[in-house]
Amino acid sequence: MPGADKETDLTERIEAFLADLKRGGSGTGPLRGSGEMARETTYLLRRITAQARWSSAGDLMEIIRNEGRRMTAAQPSETTVGNMVRRVLKIIREEYARSRGSSEETEQQESLHKLLTAGELSEENFRQHFVHLKANVIEAINELLTELDGTTDNIAMQALEHIHSNEVIMTVGRSRTVEAFLKDAARKRKFHVIVAECAPFCQGHEMATGLSKVGIETTVIADAAIFAVMSRVNKVIIGTQTVLANGGLRAVNGTHSVALAARHHSTPLIICAPMFKLSPQVFTTIFYPFPGSFSYCLPVLREILSKVNVHCPVFDYVPPELITLFISNIGGNAPSYIYRLMSELYHPEDHKL
Amino acid sequence: ETQTKCGTISLFSHLHQYSRKAPLTQQLSIPSTVIHPSIVRLGLQYSQGIVVGSNARSVALLHAFKQVIRDYTTPPNEELARDLVNKLKPYISFLNQCRPLSASMGNAIKYIKKEISNIPSQFKEEEAKTKLQKCIDCYINENVVLAAKAISKYAIKKISDGDVILVYGCSSLVNHILCEAYDKSRKFRVIVVDSRPRLEGREALRRLVQRGISCTYVLISALSYILPEVSKVFLGAHALLANGYVMSRVGTSQIALVARTFNVPVLVCCETYKFCERVQTDSFVSNELDDPDDLMVTRKGKTQLENWHDVSSLGLLNLVYDVTPPDFVDLVITDLGMIPCTSVPVVLRVKNLEQ
Repeated sequence: MPGADKETDLTERIEAFLADLKRGGSGTGPLRGSGEMARETTYLLRRITAQARWSSAGDLMEIIRNEGRRMTAAQPSETTVGNMVRRVLKIIREEYARSRGSSEETEQQESLHKLLTAGELSEENFRQHFVHLKANVIEAINELLTELDGTTDNIAMQALEHIHSNEVIMTVGRSRTVEAFLKDAARKRKFHVIVAECAPFCQGHEMATGLSKVGIETTVIADAAIFAVMSRVNKVIIGTQTVLANGGLRAVNGTHSVALAARHHSTPLIICAPMFKLSPQVFTTIFYPFPGSFSYCLPVLREILSKVNVHCPVFDYVPPELITLFISNIGGNAPSYIYRLMSELYHPEDHKL
Repeated sequence: ETQTKCGTISLFSHLHQYSRKAPLTQQLSIPSTVIHPSIVRLGLQYSQGIVVGSNARSVALLHAFKQVIRDYTTPPNEELARDLVNKLKPYISFLNQCRPLSASMGNAIKYIKKEISNIPSQFKEEEAKTKLQKCIDCYINENVVLAAKAISKYAIKKISDGDVILVYGCSSLVNHILCEAYDKSRKFRVIVVDSRPRLEGREALRRLVQRGISCTYVLISALSYILPEVSKVFLGAHALLANGYVMSRVGTSQIALVARTFNVPVLVCCETYKFCERVQTDSFVSNELDDPDDLMVTRKGKTQLENWHDVSSLGLLNLVYDVTPPDFVDLVITDLGMIPCTSVPVVLRVKNLEQ
C-alpha cells in the first residue's frame, strides 16, 4: 500500500540520519559543516511534514518534537540540528495562527504587559484542522531553505564594510564563513591575514592554503605565538560552532585565549556566524571531547601513557563581554542584542524540546 | 635564503631566518678551520637543537671554553690576557651565527673576558690557565648548581599540600624544583602544558613521571579548560630584562595572561645570572626565528602546507621567544630571594657593585 511504503521510507530516512549524526560525532563518519547539517535537518523535517500522518498542527508538532529530541540525543554537540527543529516548530505555530485568522502581532512575543493583562492562560492546543496548513508549512520551510542557502553569501557581502586596506587580521582554525568573508573582501582590498593553526587538528593550515590560493597574504603561526603577535593585529575575525543565548560562544578550543589577548590589546573581536547557529542554550560545563584525538596530543610516549592523564577538549566558552560584534546574515549586532534575536527565531515554549 | 615572502613576515625581516635544511657551513663567513674543534662541535649542537635550554647552553659553552683554554699556548711576544681575549672573539661570532647567543651566555662570556683581562702579568702560563679553569668551575657552581638549590628552598615554601601546579614546556629549573618538593614529601600534582611545534613539554613530562609525580598533559589551546583546576603557575625564564619584562619560550605570555584572568598566581623562577641590562617591550624587536618547516604536519594522510614554498602569498612563522609584561607576573624567585619583577634593575646594580 502506498501509504505504508511512504511511512517505512520515512522511518528509514530518519534512522539513516540519526546513524549519520552518531557517526559524525565519533569521528568515523564524514565531517560536515554546520551549514550542511542545517540543510539536511531541514530537508528531513520537510519530508516528515509531507509524508507523516497528522491531522492537526498539534500532532505535527508532537511528531517533530519527538524526532528532534532523538536527533539532539544522538549528537548533543551538534546544536544546529536542535535549532532547525525549533525554527520549524515556530513556523508551524505561525502558520497555524495565520490560518486561524488571528493577527500575527498579538501572538508574537511574550511580554511583561501581556503576562499581566492576559488573565488566565490562553490554552492553545493546536487541535483545529486546516486544509491548507500542510502546504503553507511546506512553503514556509522552503523559504527557510532559501535563507539557509544564502547565509554565507549574505555574510560575505558585508565584508567591505568591516575591512580597510593594509589591515592585519587574525583568525583561528578553519571557518567556511570567515573564509568566504575574507575572500570577498580581498577582491577589492589588500590586507594581511594571520592564521593560528589550532592544534592538535591544525585546521588552520587548510584555511591558510585556501586563502593564499586567491592571493591573500597569509601567515601561519603556532597557537603559542598568539599573544606575542597580537599587538600588531588590527582585528580578530573568527567563526564559531554555536552562539549561546547570553551572547557568549561555544567555539573551537583556544578561542578564549585569543579573546583575552584581543581584549588586553583592545583589538576588536568580530564573530561571523549565521543565524542558524544561534541556540537557546546557556553555558554548561560539558565539553565534548573527541575520542581518538589523543593520538595527536601525545605522540611517541607509549611507555608513560598509562601514568598520565591527557585532556583534549574540543570547545571553549567565550563570555559575551569579550566580543565586540556579531556579523550574521541579517546584519551586524552587538552581543547584548542576541536575546532579542532569539525571541524572534524561536518560541519560548520550544526552548526545551 | 632569507626571502621575505609576505607582509607579516616583513615585521621580522630584520631577524635571521633559520633553516635546518641549508648546511651550516654554507652560511658562515668565517672559515671553520681556524675555530677550535670543540667550539665547532658546540656550534653544531646548538644549531641542530641537541643542546637546548638556557642553562644547558651556558654550561656547555663554559665547558667548551675550558677545553679551549687547556689547549691554548701563548704565542711569543704576546701577553696571555690580551691574546686569549682576541682568540675568543672569532669563536663567539661563530657561535652567534650558529644560533644567536642567549642572555645567560652573554653574561657568562662577559665574566670570562673580565677574568682573563684581570690575570696579573707576572703569572706563568700554567698558573694562569689553572686559575681560569677554576674560575669557570666556580662560576658554574655558584650560578647554576647552588643557585638552583637556593631557588628550590624558596620555592618549596610556596608549594603546599594539595596544590595543582601548572608548568609550561621544559624548564630545567622548574623541573628541579618540583622534583625537590616531591622528595620533601609535598603532595601535589602537575599539569604540563605543551605547544607545537617544539613539543618540549614531553621531555618535562617524562622527567616528572619518572620521579613518580602524577601529571596531566594538555596543549596550550586547552588552557582555558584546565585553568579553573590550577592553584599555581610556575614558569621558567630565558632572561629577565631591566624593565621587568620576562623573556621566555613563546607561549609563556599567553599562559600568564590567562592565569591572571582566572586569578591564579604566576611565579617565575630565574637565576640571577640570567638578568640582562637590555630593555624590550614587544616580541618583535629582538627574537629568534626557527625553521618554518617545523610547522608542517600530516593529519589524516594529508600535509596541507607541503608546498608552501611555491605559494608566494603564504608564509610560516615559527617564533622562539616572547616577552611577558611584569603586571602578569606575581613573583620572581631568584637565588637572592623572592622579588617582584620590577626589582630587576636593583639586583643588577647590586651585582655590578659586587664586582
